[in-house]
Amino acid sequence: MSAGVASGLVTNAAGRRVPTHVNGREQAPYQGVNQHTPLGNKAGPPIRSSSEYPTNGDKRLPDLETALRLCGLRDGTTISSHHHLRNGDRVALTALQTAARMGAKELVWFPSASFPCHEPVIDLMKSGAVHHIEGSMNGPLGDYCSHGHMRGLGVLRSHGGRWQAVQDGEVHIDIAVIAAPTADFFGNADGSHGRSACGSLGFALADSVYADRVIVVTDNLVPFPCIPWQIQGNNVDYVVEVDSIGDPSLIVSGTTQITRSPDRLRISELVARFLRDSGIMRDGFSFQAGAGGIALAFVDYLAGMMKQANVRASFVRGGSTKYLVDLLNEGLIGYILDGQTFDLDAVHSIASNARHVATSPFTSYNFHGKGNFASMVDAAVLGATEVDVNFNANVVTHSDGRLLHGIGGWQNCLFAGCTILAVPSFRDRIPVIVDEVTTVTGPGELIDVVATERGIAINPRRQDLLDAVKGKGLPIRSIEELQAEVEKICGGKPAKPRLLDRPVAVVKWVDGTVLDTVWQVVDDNPYAPKVSGGE
Amino acid sequence: MPAVAGISTLRRGEAGRAGDDIRSDLHVSFEERASGGIEIGLRSRVELYYGEVIRRQVCDVLCTLGVEHALIGIMDEGALPFVIAARIEAGVRRAGLAQGKSALPEAVTLAAPSLRDRLRRSRLYLPGNEPKYFINAGLHGPDAVILDLEDSVHYAEKDAARLLVRNALRAVDFGTAERMVRINQLPLGLADLEEIVPQSPDVILIPKVEAAAQISDVVGAVDSITQRVGVTRPIWLMPILESALGIENAFAIATASGRIAAITLGLEDYTADLGVAKTAGGSESLYARQRVVNAAHAAHVQAIDSVYGDVVDTDGLLHWGEASCAMGFEGMGCIHPVQIEIIHRAFAPAPNELEKAQAIVAAFEEAQARGLAVVSLGSKMIDAPVVQRAVKLVARARKMGIIADQASAGDPS
Repeated sequence: MSAGVASGLVTNAAGRRVPTHVNGREQAPYQGVNQHTPLGNKAGPPIRSSSEYPTNGDKRLPDLETALRLCGLRDGTTISSHHHLRNGDRVALTALQTAARMGAKELVWFPSASFPCHEPVIDLMKSGAVHHIEGSMNGPLGDYCSHGHMRGLGVLRSHGGRWQAVQDGEVHIDIAVIAAPTADFFGNADGSHGRSACGSLGFALADSVYADRVIVVTDNLVPFPCIPWQIQGNNVDYVVEVDSIGDPSLIVSGTTQITRSPDRLRISELVARFLRDSGIMRDGFSFQAGAGGIALAFVDYLAGMMKQANVRASFVRGGSTKYLVDLLNEGLIGYILDGQTFDLDAVHSIASNARHVATSPFTSYNFHGKGNFASMVDAAVLGATEVDVNFNANVVTHSDGRLLHGIGGWQNCLFAGCTILAVPSFRDRIPVIVDEVTTVTGPGELIDVVATERGIAINPRRQDLLDAVKGKGLPIRSIEELQAEVEKICGGKPAKPRLLDRPVAVVKWVDGTVLDTVWQVVDDNPYAPKVSGGE
Repeated sequence: MPAVAGISTLRRGEAGRAGDDIRSDLHVSFEERASGGIEIGLRSRVELYYGEVIRRQVCDVLCTLGVEHALIGIMDEGALPFVIAARIEAGVRRAGLAQGKSALPEAVTLAAPSLRDRLRRSRLYLPGNEPKYFINAGLHGPDAVILDLEDSVHYAEKDAARLLVRNALRAVDFGTAERMVRINQLPLGLADLEEIVPQSPDVILIPKVEAAAQISDVVGAVDSITQRVGVTRPIWLMPILESALGIENAFAIATASGRIAAITLGLEDYTADLGVAKTAGGSESLYARQRVVNAAHAAHVQAIDSVYGDVVDTDGLLHWGEASCAMGFEGMGCIHPVQIEIIHRAFAPAPNELEKAQAIVAAFEEAQARGLAVVSLGSKMIDAPVVQRAVKLVARARKMGIIADQASAGDPS
């Protein structure tokens, strides 16, 4: 690692040591929730004139190589991509490999998230074609970075934080490569139709607006106009038609299944009961949902309770699945404000139901806007790898320090009226409630409830919630009590793995400040649990 | 196995499981050696967090088992300490060592001893050689957990499962759930009893009982072990009738010992014995179930129903449970925790039924207080058996927590 990559460690307001410079750029250390408001103007792409573009609107080029060349590919270019195609994506890797073949070096890849299918980017980093990744890393990419092999420092951002970074000019995208399940020759594009349909294309929206150059890559070219158009052709430079942008079976799952794990079901039920008994579940309320095991199951329990109480939610934010779509169709929820579309039922719904709306990180999560949806949601149910006795939580690293997950919308959702972490109290003998998390991803003052199979801990800052559920028969316990019980089961406090004093990545807070540092791991534990994919 | 003088016959033993798809278990390969102390080869998913703790535990367990020199290889998939101890002991015993010695884990505080007639609506089956299900079983709120050594354990693993269940009885907090163990048929079941009984299980389920004599054998063993080791908590028995002959002898079996708290039946084996298919409606086993209910009530023990095998069909389970309750059963088995709450609902008295029973009990108590022999409610005279049934129902609802103890009419205590 070159000396300039990370330097000048300071202790931030979360008490964590963070670098003052990352990849040559000066950083503001985290200063507390709502404490940092930058001045100045947003970044903007160069002015373009329609006179430079075909008057008939046909921006098609024969292939990606031509498009990259015409976009001015050179050494050090930052190329962005979105992750709506998830583990089925073929476009991001092809773009980087094409750029490498064209001789480009020191590229920066700026994905909205990476997946195991992007593992070959390691070869591009080894060959020098790609310098580093600014975005979530997990699986093999996460291990590569965790072991200090990446030349630049990884920068992990939330979905909202990625928009903020682009908008505030922290990251400048030279070329955005946008995989589009449907597009027309003008560059209007959408994700709701086509054989590679993925639903919303919201993660690509910032890229389309702020990048110097924008390439739309599609395997479903339709005659103008492509309706609806979440990506506007007026922001697009070139359109490339390819045989396939990805593997549909890996883009969305056929049907999303609710977990059968008894422990997860118990946690899910406790979460739903908490929402009901605390009074959060009332007519017109709203909540955040996802596609994880507990996130799905808690919605199922909650729906039953909503029916029983004759209560309707005004809207649901989040990842959409068949379960959410069923609730929408039953009239139990007014709208789905969709950030990510996870299964085929949800894809069909977003394409056909006017109450199922594609959103973007700008509307939902961007902290540097004139408000965002995240803080208007009554309850968010999220996961975590670790949570400490001060309710600080970790979602990016495993307890052994390896990068495990991206942040996704997790940090943004913490601004909900009631943030609930639904987690098992231990996994494979590894306690989830710890004295101090390995990596702070979310400050404890924003985390209200930790729901485990052994009971629910409410943050002492939320006396209102403590009062609301008093005498309701829920297993409310202090977080220290839960921790002590689990340590007794597991055979004492777990030892803290030793990490090298060398940063490999930083975790950004939603306002662009540096919240924590991910340190290089010493060595691998070959019998550690398998790392999972996803954001 | 005596070693021939001068020839080294170092003994080996393996136990447990490891692999990508295994969780909360471990594989132990133990090899005795002549000298050099204990050498541990450890590969663990939790090495970074508990590596040293595990190594210490290995030494402690081997020391307790009287092993001084050995090579021991451990592949650990995140097993909890009570599992590690059980697997090491199984490995050492399979090597033919440590006879008569046990490495018992630290004991947790047990809930109050079981009453003979306590609530037994749901009993959650836990395969005896699958440690991952043990630790959270009590959290799901079953009336009982049943650690199974019989059908869910492969014949070759009976010895290892026995040690695992023994350790679980000591070290796992099952909350307020009654701790049941299903032993194997005798004589194999006698070896189960030797390990299990000293850990005070609340109920022992005896499989495939066909005659009262089988009960006597178990009672004899339980009595002698409890006396020998000084077990003071009650240990109840629940025979399982799983054949046509067993059903025919239901009353004799139910009255074979004062330790019997309940009888139940196993419909898979029973229908196999009849040579008929087990259907969802269950008409082929109607007689057997009625016979068990009648014999149980005649013997003043609880009648407990079999299990409902389709976990996904929750409506079917609810209907089965309601019908079962209406027949006179007091509970049934569960093969997945999601069944527990549904079974509790099925065995709960209907609100209108309970309300009526409470009114009858109140009328009865008022009549008692006024010295009247005839109980009447409104314009109706209430017969004695109706009063009796109402008293039972109200008492049961109180046990289930459906009506509060304090609020119960006429309860002077």
